Amino acid sequence: MSQAPIATSRSASGIPTARLAVWWVLASEIVIFGGLIMCYLMFRLHHESWAYEAEATKTAAGAFNTFVLLTSSLFVVLAHNAAEKKDTVKAVRYIWYTIFGGFVFMAVKAYEYTSEISHGYTMFKSVFWSFYYLATGLHGFHVVCGMFIMWMISRDVKKGKNLHRVEAIGIYWHFVDVVWIFLFPLLYIAK
Amino acid sequence: MSNSEEHHGHSAKHYVKIYWILLAMLGVSIVGPEIGIKWLTLITAFGIALVKAWMVCAYFMHLNIEKKIAWYTLAATLLLLLVFFTGVAPDVMKPEGQNWKSLYHEQTREEWDAEYDAAHHGDDHGDDHGDGGH
Repeated sequence: MSQAPIATSRSASGIPTARLAVWWVLASEIVIFGGLIMCYLMFRLHHESWAYEAEATKTAAGAFNTFVLLTSSLFVVLAHNAAEKKDTVKAVRYIWYTIFGGFVFMAVKAYEYTSEISHGYTMFKSVFWSFYYLATGLHGFHVVCGMFIMWMISRDVKKGKNLHRVEAIGIYWHFVDVVWIFLFPLLYIAK
Repeated sequence: MSNSEEHHGHSAKHYVKIYWILLAMLGVSIVGPEIGIKWLTLITAFGIALVKAWMVCAYFMHLNIEKKIAWYTLAATLLLLLVFFTGVAPDVMKPEGQNWKSLYHEQTREEWDAEYDAAHHGDDHGDDHGDGGH
Protein backbone atom coordinates (compact mmCIF):
# COMPACT_ATOMS: atom_id res chain seq x y z
CA MET A 1 0.00 0.00 0.00
CA SER A 2 1.44 3.37 -0.90
CA GLN A 3 0.29 6.73 0.38
CA ALA A 4 1.54 10.23 -0.34
CA PRO A 5 3.66 11.50 2.54
CA ILE A 6 1.70 13.77 4.92
CA ALA A 7 4.19 16.58 4.30
CA THR A 8 3.13 16.80 0.66
CA SER A 9 -0.62 16.57 1.26
CA ARG A 10 -1.23 18.70 4.36
CA SER A 11 -0.45 22.37 4.79
CA ALA A 12 -0.77 23.94 8.24
CA SER A 13 0.04 27.40 6.84
CA GLY A 14 -2.60 27.31 4.09
CA ILE A 15 0.14 27.56 1.45
CA PRO A 16 0.75 24.48 -0.72
CA THR A 17 3.86 22.69 0.56
CA ALA A 18 5.96 23.11 -2.58
CA ARG A 19 5.33 26.85 -2.65
CA LEU A 20 6.00 27.20 1.07
CA ALA A 21 9.32 25.39 0.56
CA VAL A 22 10.25 27.85 -2.17
CA TRP A 23 9.48 30.78 0.14
CA TRP A 24 11.83 29.26 2.72
CA VAL A 25 14.55 28.83 0.11
CA LEU A 26 14.09 32.44 -0.95
CA ALA A 27 14.23 33.60 2.68
CA SER A 28 17.71 32.05 2.92
CA GLU A 29 18.66 33.51 -0.47
CA ILE A 30 17.66 36.98 0.73
CA VAL A 31 20.21 36.65 3.52
CA ILE A 32 22.93 35.53 1.08
CA PHE A 33 22.38 38.16 -1.63
CA GLY A 34 21.17 40.80 0.82
CA GLY A 35 24.31 40.31 2.92
CA LEU A 36 26.44 40.77 -0.20
CA ILE A 37 24.57 43.91 -1.21
CA MET A 38 24.83 45.32 2.33
CA CYS A 39 28.61 44.75 2.24
CA TYR A 40 28.75 46.50 -1.14
CA LEU A 41 26.81 49.49 0.19
CA MET A 42 29.11 49.82 3.22
CA PHE A 43 32.22 49.90 1.02
CA ARG A 44 30.68 51.95 -1.78
CA LEU A 45 29.47 54.71 0.56
CA HIS A 46 32.86 54.86 2.25
CA HIS A 47 35.21 54.55 -0.76
CA GLU A 48 34.82 57.03 -3.61
CA SER A 49 37.25 54.98 -5.75
CA TRP A 50 34.56 52.31 -6.18
CA ALA A 51 32.70 54.77 -8.39
CA TYR A 52 35.74 55.03 -10.71
CA GLU A 53 36.13 51.27 -10.82
CA ALA A 54 32.48 50.84 -11.81
CA GLU A 55 33.21 52.94 -14.89
CA ALA A 56 34.86 49.92 -16.51
CA THR A 57 31.64 47.88 -16.45
CA LYS A 58 29.50 47.91 -19.59
CA THR A 59 26.13 49.58 -18.95
CA ALA A 60 24.71 48.51 -22.33
CA ALA A 61 25.44 44.83 -21.59
CA GLY A 62 23.96 45.12 -18.08
CA ALA A 63 20.86 46.88 -19.41
CA PHE A 64 20.40 44.26 -22.13
CA ASN A 65 20.67 41.50 -19.53
CA THR A 66 18.06 43.25 -17.37
CA PHE A 67 15.77 43.29 -20.41
CA VAL A 68 16.47 39.58 -21.01
CA LEU A 69 15.68 38.63 -17.40
CA LEU A 70 12.50 40.73 -17.30
CA THR A 71 11.38 39.07 -20.55
CA SER A 72 12.18 35.60 -19.22
CA SER A 73 10.21 36.48 -16.06
CA LEU A 74 7.22 37.26 -18.28
CA PHE A 75 7.63 33.91 -20.06
CA VAL A 76 7.77 31.92 -16.85
CA VAL A 77 4.68 33.63 -15.42
CA LEU A 78 2.89 32.88 -18.72
CA ALA A 79 4.04 29.25 -18.36
CA HIS A 80 2.48 29.22 -14.88
CA ASN A 81 -0.71 30.74 -16.29
CA ALA A 82 -0.83 28.04 -19.00
CA ALA A 83 -0.11 25.27 -16.46
CA GLU A 84 -3.05 26.44 -14.33
CA LYS A 85 -5.28 26.09 -17.39
CA LYS A 86 -3.77 22.60 -17.94
CA ASP A 87 -2.43 23.76 -21.32
CA THR A 88 0.75 21.70 -21.12
CA VAL A 89 1.92 22.43 -24.68
CA LYS A 90 1.90 26.18 -24.06
CA ALA A 91 3.43 25.76 -20.60
CA VAL A 92 6.36 23.73 -21.97
CA ARG A 93 6.87 26.23 -24.77
CA TYR A 94 7.05 29.16 -22.36
CA ILE A 95 9.38 27.23 -20.03
CA TRP A 96 11.77 26.71 -22.95
CA TYR A 97 11.57 30.39 -23.89
CA THR A 98 12.62 31.12 -20.29
CA ILE A 99 15.51 28.65 -20.51
CA PHE A 100 16.60 30.34 -23.73
CA GLY A 101 16.52 33.69 -21.89
CA GLY A 102 18.86 32.17 -19.32
CA PHE A 103 21.24 31.09 -22.11
CA VAL A 104 21.26 34.59 -23.59
CA PHE A 105 21.91 36.11 -20.17
CA MET A 106 24.87 33.80 -19.55
CA ALA A 107 26.27 34.41 -23.06
CA VAL A 108 26.26 38.19 -22.47
CA LYS A 109 27.85 37.65 -19.06
CA ALA A 110 30.56 35.48 -20.64
CA TYR A 111 31.27 38.25 -23.18
CA GLU A 112 31.52 40.79 -20.35
CA TYR A 113 33.84 38.60 -18.25
CA THR A 114 36.08 37.96 -21.26
CA SER A 115 36.37 41.64 -22.07
CA GLU A 116 36.97 42.65 -18.44
CA ILE A 117 39.57 39.96 -17.75
CA SER A 118 41.41 40.74 -21.00
CA HIS A 119 41.75 44.35 -19.77
CA GLY A 120 43.19 43.23 -16.44
CA TYR A 121 40.04 43.56 -14.34
CA THR A 122 40.33 40.18 -12.67
CA MET A 123 38.76 39.26 -9.34
CA PHE A 124 42.14 39.84 -7.64
CA LYS A 125 42.58 43.40 -8.92
CA SER A 126 40.71 45.14 -6.10
CA VAL A 127 37.92 44.69 -3.57
CA PHE A 128 35.43 46.16 -6.06
CA TRP A 129 36.27 43.56 -8.69
CA SER A 130 36.27 40.76 -6.10
CA PHE A 131 32.76 41.85 -5.21
CA TYR A 132 31.75 42.17 -8.86
CA TYR A 133 32.81 38.63 -9.72
CA LEU A 134 31.45 37.14 -6.50
CA ALA A 135 28.01 38.78 -6.81
CA THR A 136 27.55 38.29 -10.56
CA GLY A 137 29.12 34.80 -10.44
CA LEU A 138 26.82 33.68 -7.63
CA HIS A 139 23.87 35.19 -9.47
CA GLY A 140 24.93 33.45 -12.70
CA PHE A 141 25.14 30.16 -10.79
CA HIS A 142 21.53 30.66 -9.69
CA VAL A 143 20.52 31.34 -13.30
CA VAL A 144 22.15 28.08 -14.44
CA CYS A 145 20.51 26.14 -11.57
CA GLY A 146 17.13 27.63 -12.52
CA MET A 147 17.61 26.63 -16.15
CA PHE A 148 18.49 23.07 -15.15
CA ILE A 149 15.49 22.75 -12.80
CA MET A 150 13.20 24.17 -15.50
CA TRP A 151 14.48 21.59 -17.97
CA MET A 152 13.64 18.83 -15.46
CA ILE A 153 10.19 20.29 -14.78
CA SER A 154 9.45 20.69 -18.50
CA ARG A 155 9.87 16.92 -18.95
CA ASP A 156 7.15 16.29 -16.33
CA VAL A 157 4.87 19.02 -17.66
CA LYS A 158 5.10 17.50 -21.15
CA LYS A 159 3.58 14.32 -19.65
CA GLY A 160 0.95 16.36 -17.79
CA LYS A 161 2.53 15.59 -14.39
CA ASN A 162 3.38 17.89 -11.45
CA LEU A 163 2.04 21.06 -13.05
CA HIS A 164 2.19 22.89 -9.69
CA ARG A 165 5.99 22.84 -9.98
CA VAL A 166 5.81 25.42 -12.77
CA GLU A 167 4.68 27.97 -10.21
CA ALA A 168 7.43 26.92 -7.77
CA ILE A 169 10.24 27.35 -10.29
CA GLY A 170 8.59 30.54 -11.52
CA ILE A 171 8.79 32.10 -8.05
CA TYR A 172 12.48 31.13 -7.86
CA TRP A 173 13.17 32.60 -11.32
CA HIS A 174 11.45 35.89 -10.43
CA PHE A 175 13.65 36.11 -7.35
CA VAL A 176 16.76 35.71 -9.53
CA ASP A 177 15.34 38.56 -11.64
CA VAL A 178 14.80 40.72 -8.52
CA VAL A 179 18.41 40.17 -7.41
CA TRP A 180 19.61 41.37 -10.83
CA ILE A 181 17.30 44.39 -10.62
CA PHE A 182 19.40 45.49 -7.62
CA LEU A 183 22.81 44.39 -8.94
CA PHE A 184 22.32 46.31 -12.19
CA PRO A 185 22.21 49.87 -10.71
CA LEU A 186 24.83 49.01 -8.07
CA LEU A 187 27.44 47.69 -10.50
CA TYR A 188 26.60 49.34 -13.82
CA ILE A 189 24.87 52.65 -13.13
CA ALA A 190 26.26 54.12 -9.88
CA LYS A 191 29.45 55.61 -11.35
CA MET B 1 -8.76 28.35 -1.57
CA SER B 2 -7.01 26.25 -4.15
CA ASN B 3 -3.94 27.31 -5.98
CA SER B 4 -5.72 27.94 -9.26
CA GLU B 5 -8.61 29.76 -7.62
CA GLU B 6 -6.20 32.22 -6.03
CA HIS B 7 -4.85 33.26 -9.39
CA HIS B 8 -8.03 33.42 -11.44
CA GLY B 9 -7.92 37.21 -11.57
CA HIS B 10 -4.67 37.23 -13.57
CA SER B 11 -4.80 36.85 -17.32
CA ALA B 12 -1.92 36.74 -19.80
CA LYS B 13 -2.86 40.29 -20.84
CA HIS B 14 -2.40 41.49 -17.26
CA TYR B 15 1.13 40.03 -17.12
CA VAL B 16 2.08 41.56 -20.47
CA LYS B 17 0.85 44.96 -19.21
CA ILE B 18 3.05 44.65 -16.10
CA TYR B 19 5.97 43.66 -18.35
CA TRP B 20 5.64 46.82 -20.48
CA ILE B 21 5.55 48.97 -17.34
CA LEU B 22 8.72 47.22 -16.12
CA LEU B 23 10.44 47.86 -19.47
CA ALA B 24 9.44 51.53 -19.38
CA MET B 25 10.93 51.81 -15.89
CA LEU B 26 14.10 50.08 -17.10
CA GLY B 27 14.38 52.76 -19.79
CA VAL B 28 14.03 55.54 -17.21
CA SER B 29 16.60 53.90 -14.92
CA ILE B 30 19.14 53.90 -17.79
CA VAL B 31 18.45 57.39 -19.13
CA GLY B 32 18.03 59.18 -15.75
CA PRO B 33 21.60 58.68 -14.47
CA GLU B 34 23.01 59.84 -17.86
CA ILE B 35 21.85 63.38 -17.02
CA GLY B 36 24.49 63.43 -14.27
CA ILE B 37 22.51 64.95 -11.38
CA LYS B 38 23.22 62.98 -8.19
CA TRP B 39 19.73 63.08 -6.65
CA LEU B 40 18.16 62.23 -10.01
CA THR B 41 20.53 59.25 -10.35
CA LEU B 42 19.53 58.02 -6.89
CA ILE B 43 15.82 58.28 -7.70
CA THR B 44 15.95 56.91 -11.25
CA ALA B 45 18.45 54.11 -10.58
CA PHE B 46 17.71 52.96 -7.04
CA GLY B 47 14.19 54.31 -6.48
CA ILE B 48 12.98 52.71 -9.69
CA ALA B 49 14.87 49.48 -8.86
CA LEU B 50 12.83 49.27 -5.66
CA VAL B 51 9.55 49.83 -7.55
CA LYS B 52 10.53 47.28 -10.23
CA ALA B 53 11.44 44.70 -7.57
CA TRP B 54 8.14 45.36 -5.78
CA MET B 55 6.16 44.93 -9.03
CA VAL B 56 7.89 41.63 -9.85
CA CYS B 57 7.30 40.36 -6.29
CA ALA B 58 3.68 41.51 -6.16
CA TYR B 59 2.42 40.65 -9.65
CA PHE B 60 4.74 37.94 -11.02
CA MET B 61 5.48 36.14 -7.75
CA HIS B 62 1.88 36.81 -6.63
CA LEU B 63 2.94 38.06 -3.21
CA ASN B 64 0.00 40.50 -3.38
CA ILE B 65 -2.40 37.58 -2.97
CA GLU B 66 -0.13 35.25 -0.97
CA LYS B 67 -0.85 34.29 2.65
CA LYS B 68 0.65 36.63 5.24
CA ILE B 69 2.97 33.90 6.60
CA ALA B 70 5.08 34.17 3.43
CA TRP B 71 5.38 37.93 3.93
CA TYR B 72 6.43 37.46 7.55
CA THR B 73 9.05 34.87 6.58
CA LEU B 74 10.61 37.16 3.98
CA ALA B 75 10.30 40.27 6.16
CA ALA B 76 12.12 38.50 9.02
CA THR B 77 15.16 37.96 6.78
CA LEU B 78 15.11 41.62 5.72
CA LEU B 79 15.11 42.55 9.40
CA LEU B 80 18.18 40.32 9.87
CA LEU B 81 19.92 42.28 7.11
CA LEU B 82 19.16 45.51 8.91
CA VAL B 83 20.67 44.09 12.11
CA PHE B 84 23.74 43.01 10.12
CA PHE B 85 24.17 46.45 8.54
CA THR B 86 23.73 48.43 11.76
CA GLY B 87 26.07 46.05 13.62
CA VAL B 88 28.89 46.03 11.07
CA ALA B 89 28.71 49.46 9.41
CA PRO B 90 30.12 51.44 12.37
CA ASP B 91 33.40 49.49 12.04
CA VAL B 92 33.59 48.97 8.28
CA MET B 93 32.78 52.57 7.43
CA LYS B 94 35.47 54.06 9.70
CA PRO B 95 39.11 54.44 8.61
CA GLU B 96 40.46 53.78 12.14
CA GLY B 97 39.44 52.70 15.62
CA GLN B 98 40.99 52.69 19.11
CA ASN B 99 43.49 49.91 18.39
CA TRP B 100 43.42 49.57 14.62
CA LYS B 101 43.84 51.48 11.41
CA SER B 102 42.58 50.45 7.97
CA LEU B 103 45.44 49.78 5.52
CA TYR B 104 43.07 49.99 2.55
CA HIS B 105 44.62 52.19 -0.12
CA GLU B 106 42.05 54.54 -1.61
CA GLN B 107 42.86 55.04 -5.28
CA THR B 108 42.72 58.65 -6.46
CA ARG B 109 40.99 59.73 -9.66
CA GLU B 110 44.38 60.35 -11.32
CA GLU B 111 45.71 56.92 -10.34
CA TRP B 112 42.56 55.28 -11.69
CA ASP B 113 42.68 57.22 -14.98
CA ALA B 114 46.33 56.27 -15.51
CA GLU B 115 45.55 52.63 -14.78
CA TYR B 116 42.50 52.68 -17.07
CA ASP B 117 44.52 54.15 -19.93
CA ALA B 118 47.27 51.56 -19.44
CA ALA B 119 44.72 48.71 -19.38
CA HIS B 120 43.04 49.92 -22.56
CA HIS B 121 46.24 50.94 -24.35
CA GLY B 122 46.24 49.42 -27.82
CA ASP B 123 42.47 49.04 -28.10
CA ASP B 124 41.51 49.88 -31.65
CA HIS B 125 37.77 49.86 -31.17
CA GLY B 126 36.04 52.57 -29.19
CA ASP B 127 33.09 50.31 -28.39
CA ASP B 128 35.26 47.98 -26.34
CA HIS B 129 36.03 50.54 -23.66
CA GLY B 130 33.37 50.00 -21.03
CA ASP B 131 31.40 53.12 -20.19
CA GLY B 132 33.98 55.18 -18.42
CA GLY B 133 33.48 58.31 -20.42
CA HIS B 134 37.19 58.33 -21.25
